[in-house]
Amino acid sequence: MSCQTAQELIHAYVDGELDLARSLEVGQHMQECQVCASAYHNQAALRSAFKDSSLHYSVPVGLEKRIRSSLRREAKSEAGRRVFGWRWLPVGVGLAFVLLMAFVIWRAMPGLRPSGDELLAQEMVSNHVRSLQLENHRTDVISSDQHTVKPWFDGKLDFAPPVKDFSSQGFPLIGGRLEYLNNRAVAALIYQRQKHYINLYIWPAQQSNVTGEVGTKRQGYNLLHWTNSGMTYWAISDLNGVELHEFARLVQEAQ
Amino acid sequence: MEGQSKLASFETAVLPHLDAAYNLARWLTRNDADAQDVVQEAYLRAFRFFGGFHGEDGRAWLLGIVRNTSYTWMQQNRSAQLNTPLDDELHEVKSDDLNPEALLLQKADAQMLRQAVEELPLEFREVLVLRELDEMSYKQIAVVADLPLGTVMSRLARARKRLQQILASHTQTEVLT
Repeated sequence: MSCQTAQELIHAYVDGELDLARSLEVGQHMQECQVCASAYHNQAALRSAFKDSSLHYSVPVGLEKRIRSSLRREAKSEAGRRVFGWRWLPVGVGLAFVLLMAFVIWRAMPGLRPSGDELLAQEMVSNHVRSLQLENHRTDVISSDQHTVKPWFDGKLDFAPPVKDFSSQGFPLIGGRLEYLNNRAVAALIYQRQKHYINLYIWPAQQSNVTGEVGTKRQGYNLLHWTNSGMTYWAISDLNGVELHEFARLVQEAQ
Repeated sequence: MEGQSKLASFETAVLPHLDAAYNLARWLTRNDADAQDVVQEAYLRAFRFFGGFHGEDGRAWLLGIVRNTSYTWMQQNRSAQLNTPLDDELHEVKSDDLNPEALLLQKADAQMLRQAVEELPLEFREVLVLRELDEMSYKQIAVVADLPLGTVMSRLARARKRLQQILASHTQTEVLT
């Protein structure tokens, strides 16, 4: 082994990083070469000087404690990030409770929620307006003859709506059409009073008892509804209340 | 890994190496307060990356993080120190520095040795500390300092030669005064 190779390997030799064969070669060389042996002793002396000097800095008091607590904080916030919701659980429970209470109150106090009639009235107004908006939609069958209109409903409904013309009383029958209201197919009869149209919706009543006229006003429209002879009637028009009432009486008397 | 069990296994695997972590940070930053900050930050980073640790050499893994944290810290706070890259030519040591007459270590006490190591450029200091104080193998040093194995060996050799030069100049000054 040359001196140059030996000197290159001397650090790995001192550090015990050479394999056995190389290590033996370097050792052999140093027995023969004084210069390389000195270089080795030099390095070995340096190594042992390090060992004797205890240059190792020891951990200051309190550092470990600080690290432990910062790790705990980190672990906690990691857990918080992972399980989204543990932090939000009370909020969720609170929200669920509020919703439950709202539902209970809604069930317990019918006055606070729109009644079936109110919802139906709203549906009537929408239907009435829509029927007037579209010229073609106003009537499916155009006839002032009640004997034409009434048979037209046959086979289209599971009931036979009473159809009467009131031309002589100033409420001519214009026609009829099918509608879907209150979750069922209903008959709609169209009457006219001068320039005003009246939609009269008819379907079988759920209860057979007779109820008098109940009137409401919505969005400028007058609504009247009553139950008679097992049928529920809803009349709606922009006609004034008195004349609509007159119309309602005519319908009721006709039966 | 759930928070508590992760913390428990982290404390078992990594916390025992606090000694080595502080020592390395202290030697790299050359300042106690900075070293404490660096180590604390390094432990937080280590905890976050603990999922990527698969139970190999916990000490080398941690010291790698401590080293990177130290470098980042020094870049932010003392960029001037890092702006002097290690130049092989500049630090080339002639082989005749190794002659027996340069053997002055018997006269060098612990204080002188400590001072000499502190004067070493950062790149020399870190491999020397890892080798001489942490007794790490070349392979471990390669992991910590993110260097090829061959570079570890040559850098360590140059670090020792450089250290002996510093020691020699100190001892001569002492003799002269």
